[in-house]
Amino acid sequence: MNEIVASPTIAQARAAGPRFGERMLSAGARCAIPVYVLLALGFLAPLFAVVAYSFATPRGFDVFRTFTLENYRQILDPANTVWMSFAWSLGLALLTVAILTLVAYPIAYGLARLFGRSAGLVSVLFVFPLFVSENIRLYGWVLFFIKGGVLDGTLKAMGLPGAPEFLFTPAATLFGMVYVYLPFMLFPMVLGLSMVPRDLIDAARDMGAGRLQIWHEVELPLAMPGILIGMLLTFVLAVGAVAESKVLGGQSVIVITQDIEIAFTYAQNWPFGSALAVILTLIVGVLTVLGIGRLDLDRILGRRS
Amino acid sequence: MNMQTKPVTDPSAAATRASILTLTNLVKTFGTYMAVDGIDLAVADGEFLTIVGPSGCGKTTLLRMLAGLELPTSGEIALRGQVINDLPPNRRPTCLVFQSLALFPHRSVGENIAFPMKMKGIAPEKRRARVEELMALMRLPAHYVDRNVMRCSGGERQRVALARAFAYDPEILFFDEPLSALDYKLRKELEKELKDIHKETGKTFIYITHSLEEAMVMSDRIAVMRSGRMLQVGTPEEIYTRPQSRFVAEFMGEVNVFPVRRAGDGMFDGTRIPGRFQVAGDPAAEGFIIVRPEAMRLVAPGETVENRIEARLYNSYSLGSRMQFRLNVGEDHLIVEQLRAGGPMPDLDREVSIGWDSRDAIFVEA
Repeated sequence: MNEIVASPTIAQARAAGPRFGERMLSAGARCAIPVYVLLALGFLAPLFAVVAYSFATPRGFDVFRTFTLENYRQILDPANTVWMSFAWSLGLALLTVAILTLVAYPIAYGLARLFGRSAGLVSVLFVFPLFVSENIRLYGWVLFFIKGGVLDGTLKAMGLPGAPEFLFTPAATLFGMVYVYLPFMLFPMVLGLSMVPRDLIDAARDMGAGRLQIWHEVELPLAMPGILIGMLLTFVLAVGAVAESKVLGGQSVIVITQDIEIAFTYAQNWPFGSALAVILTLIVGVLTVLGIGRLDLDRILGRRS
Repeated sequence: MNMQTKPVTDPSAAATRASILTLTNLVKTFGTYMAVDGIDLAVADGEFLTIVGPSGCGKTTLLRMLAGLELPTSGEIALRGQVINDLPPNRRPTCLVFQSLALFPHRSVGENIAFPMKMKGIAPEKRRARVEELMALMRLPAHYVDRNVMRCSGGERQRVALARAFAYDPEILFFDEPLSALDYKLRKELEKELKDIHKETGKTFIYITHSLEEAMVMSDRIAVMRSGRMLQVGTPEEIYTRPQSRFVAEFMGEVNVFPVRRAGDGMFDGTRIPGRFQVAGDPAAEGFIIVRPEAMRLVAPGETVENRIEARLYNSYSLGSRMQFRLNVGEDHLIVEQLRAGGPMPDLDREVSIGWDSRDAIFVEA
């Protein structure tokens, strides 16, 4: 009934010809307008503000009215040790990715292939810590590692010499990062591995391939999209990590995110902080684009020969 | 170990040759479910054996056991007298063509075909030469070598999968309904091609399908499977003309089934469709008379015929050179097929007589 009533109205509207705007944009483009507006205001505008601030007079707030490269000159000045923070951030992030790739692969393999029905439960156990604030979890590890804490105390109670000094070292920072970002590596990897059809593994085995050959000829290349997505995600998150070096690392190393935070808060030098942020964004952006370039989804899915 | 030309001209010759694969009381259970329930079978060297059965009859499980992808629960698989139950698939001289074909989507046609040779450590130049040879055998254009397999059509992928299986140079090839995803015309074409390739290579083929029609075209022998058991093994001719059970007879296509019981005078009384019927030979006291549609005919009023039934003509269907009629008898319906006669078509919804000669019917025990 509704269609019968509605159809003359549609016919009339069609007969009246396209209204203003319909001629310029397709229906899809018009539907996407709210998203464009949201992205422009919520994503591009702040980014633009940060870039604008990075060219403002140091320690001032005269954004858009002045243009100077002084902030960048300061950063690139050999006397400034801020490059150490960049190096620590990138180095720790790369190490985190490397360790997580090795740690997460066997777990992901188990989840995708071996655990069967209990895979769901195991996944939930890995997700569960995400419901607790990162800082609280990191302080939990502080209580575990601290002198006279859980580990040290238990070892001493058993008559052993006690735990070695571990807390407030760069190694502790790395440990914290590996711990916090495990799920972000694990789940894309599970996805990648479960996208490898079982038949292909069976077929490779049937045609004489040994375990190692199956892994490197079939499983790894086909699971690569998931693995690369996990690596990129973890890297991007780890470069921006700050809580681990503050809480577990005890500021034994200063990461770049912390420098940016200091510039915006204690130092009240927004232009300098903005310039640091722009450089970090560029570095991460270039590395990500290089990574995605290797992630040739079309070829993997066979849409291109 | 090169592929030789060993033509198999006489199908019956295959059955008399030494057996390459022997199954003895082979059983596979999943929990309490009997997937394969005690199968004995001897496959002759160079034979094209097709295992037919409805889905869920255990044929895929059987094939996966033969390929080494499943372990038998009990029983024996012997290859040339050697028990190979525990031999892993990569060390068996057998190769399976999967229903999904299982081509490597990240590899080109050439790389797919060369895969088994690469695994064996054969030198790249030798691999390339063999790939070219196999592509020619499978009628694949030579320039496809560098094309991604996912860009090939269904029929081409089929040929790539087959070429890859041959590249492994197996003694026995297994096929798990590889043609089921293709359209009718291409399937018919590839069925014949597969039989030609079997003839050219002289390898042993074991093929599974749920389509008896497919099995008829290609096979030297057909094994009919149901609920994990072999019901009948024989040449297509035997399976078609002498089915040993109602299931095998009905699996062959549309047939008319008359449940009957022997009466005192040697005639048989229909227990479902009323009538008195003659049966050739010396049958058991109770069973089914099975009459193929083409063995039945419409009978003119005065004509005498060995077996006669009165039925109501429901509808007629043209099959090209032949006509098919559907007739109703009570709740049951019968199918009669005959050549398109020159005369007038019988009227629908009228009582007609149909009949058949006893020698054209098949009797199977209940």
